[in-house]
Amino acid sequence: MKISEKHIRIFFQANGILSVLVLAGIFGFLLINAIGAFQTITLGEFFGTTWNPTSYVQPQWGILGLLVGTLLVVAAALLIAVPLGLFTGLYLSNLASPRVREVLKPAVELIASIPSVVLGLVALLVLSPLVASLFGLTNGLNALTAALIVAVMVLPTIASLSEDVFSAVPDAYRQGGLALGATRWQVLRRVILPSSLSGIFAATMLGLGRAVGETIAVLMVAGNALAFPHGLLDPVRPLTANIAIEIKEVVTGSTHYQALFAMGLVLFIITMAFNVLAELVLQRHMKRLGA
Amino acid sequence: MKRLLVALILSVLLIGCTASQGGAPAASNKLQLKGSDTELQMFAALAEEFKKTNADVDITVTGGGSGTGIAALINGEIDIADSSRPMKPEEIEKAKVNGIEPVEFIIARDGLAVIVHPDNPVGELTRAQVADIYTGKITNWKDVGGNDDAITLYGRQSTSGTYVYFRDTVLKADYASTMRNMEGTSAIVDAVQADKTGIGYVGIGYLTPEVKALTLEGQNPTDKAAVASGAYVLTRPLFQYTKGVPAKNGPTHKLMLFQLSAPGQKVVESTGFLQVTSADAAANEKQLARIG
Repeated sequence: MKISEKHIRIFFQANGILSVLVLAGIFGFLLINAIGAFQTITLGEFFGTTWNPTSYVQPQWGILGLLVGTLLVVAAALLIAVPLGLFTGLYLSNLASPRVREVLKPAVELIASIPSVVLGLVALLVLSPLVASLFGLTNGLNALTAALIVAVMVLPTIASLSEDVFSAVPDAYRQGGLALGATRWQVLRRVILPSSLSGIFAATMLGLGRAVGETIAVLMVAGNALAFPHGLLDPVRPLTANIAIEIKEVVTGSTHYQALFAMGLVLFIITMAFNVLAELVLQRHMKRLGA
Repeated sequence: MKRLLVALILSVLLIGCTASQGGAPAASNKLQLKGSDTELQMFAALAEEFKKTNADVDITVTGGGSGTGIAALINGEIDIADSSRPMKPEEIEKAKVNGIEPVEFIIARDGLAVIVHPDNPVGELTRAQVADIYTGKITNWKDVGGNDDAITLYGRQSTSGTYVYFRDTVLKADYASTMRNMEGTSAIVDAVQADKTGIGYVGIGYLTPEVKALTLEGQNPTDKAAVASGAYVLTRPLFQYTKGVPAKNGPTHKLMLFQLSAPGQKVVESTGFLQVTSADAAANEKQLARIG
């Protein structure tokens, strides 16, 4: 049989469809495993404040304390990583000489390739004592230490994407600004930044998706206490850490098992929502610049 | 390019050599042990000693917590679950539903020590005070004769048998939710030796000079005789649960006989734990008799 244009097209199409199938499969898998949990747990209980499924007295299934733990770590991490990432991106795209950029950009992207358990070790042995002594605490196992290490992890995503966004600003904009007598700084601030806003937003959202899903490094330094957190210096137990800790002891098919899948579903929906949002905004942004 | 090729071929050959040297033993001679982190060192040492006379048996011992081992046994993934707490009736039920009957053996005795930073002036507590500290009723060291410092609680995660044992026998209530849940026993020792306001609980096999073991009800866990006689209040049996009644002269049976023999119990002692009591030994005999 001769391989025709048509066969090749079908082959590539199948590859494309495969990832959609994987996505749908994972979603279905989570859903099927999670749904049984709600035969024993009411939605009200699931969104309660206390999580303690192996309680001595009575199991409690509230995920809000854990959810707030996740959000606390993510928000603080982004507060640190977004400005840093943006400045890095701005520098790389507008100020750095080509030779500096050739070294710096891969270096920033290489951070993403450090295994997260290694970063977790660094956080545990270096950051955590540092945070403890800076804030006068007796130990540094808290949300802030976790946020710092997550910030390091999302930095490459944000820096590299914002560099792309800034580089995509047409040269005509920059040259036009300079021709009008604006200084380099004025062009940056008045022309390049405003025309990149939606792209920056998208980069942030993608970083957020990455931060929400981070598990092992967070698990190592967050303290993992079940108490509802009241600040960055409290120990937290993010959703991911909780799943990783408890999935080991649950019996397949038990309510606890199903509840952990329900928790995974919540995580999946959160990251999915942010990624879709980022994708939509990014697409619109690129189209506008291209036009 | 040529050199690269040579290197590649060499490395493939090397891997092949080591693999054939290791020699995959027959599937029936593989034993998978999983569970208690407290017992991990002890069972690793026992397995090593056992292999000296039974080179054909391939044993892997992994940790993760008693709950992890028990769940794996119920799910049929392993041969023996190491546990520092007895299996709960509902867990035995679940195993039976899956066609697995767990058979209980007591391999050693352990004392549980409550530890603090060496600089902490508190050296002694009552059992009730320990319970009040861990349930969050007492939150400051000055209430038990120490400095005016907030107490930082360190404990294990719910996967841990020590977590469950300590809760069910000392607290008889839930832990304070502010307790930091640590990955393993060593993590608790590390945390307490770095934190002047910390308190933790660990098996006596894990005590180091960098932490101070508290005297409870007048007895200190570093006093082996007090732990062995039961005068020290926090002593417990350490269990193994086999997947069904072991086959006669099979690897599980052989391993069990070795662990309960005099040389096996010597290994138990060398890893910082205590030999089984005569009552434990009698219970073990009954289980062994079922093998025939």
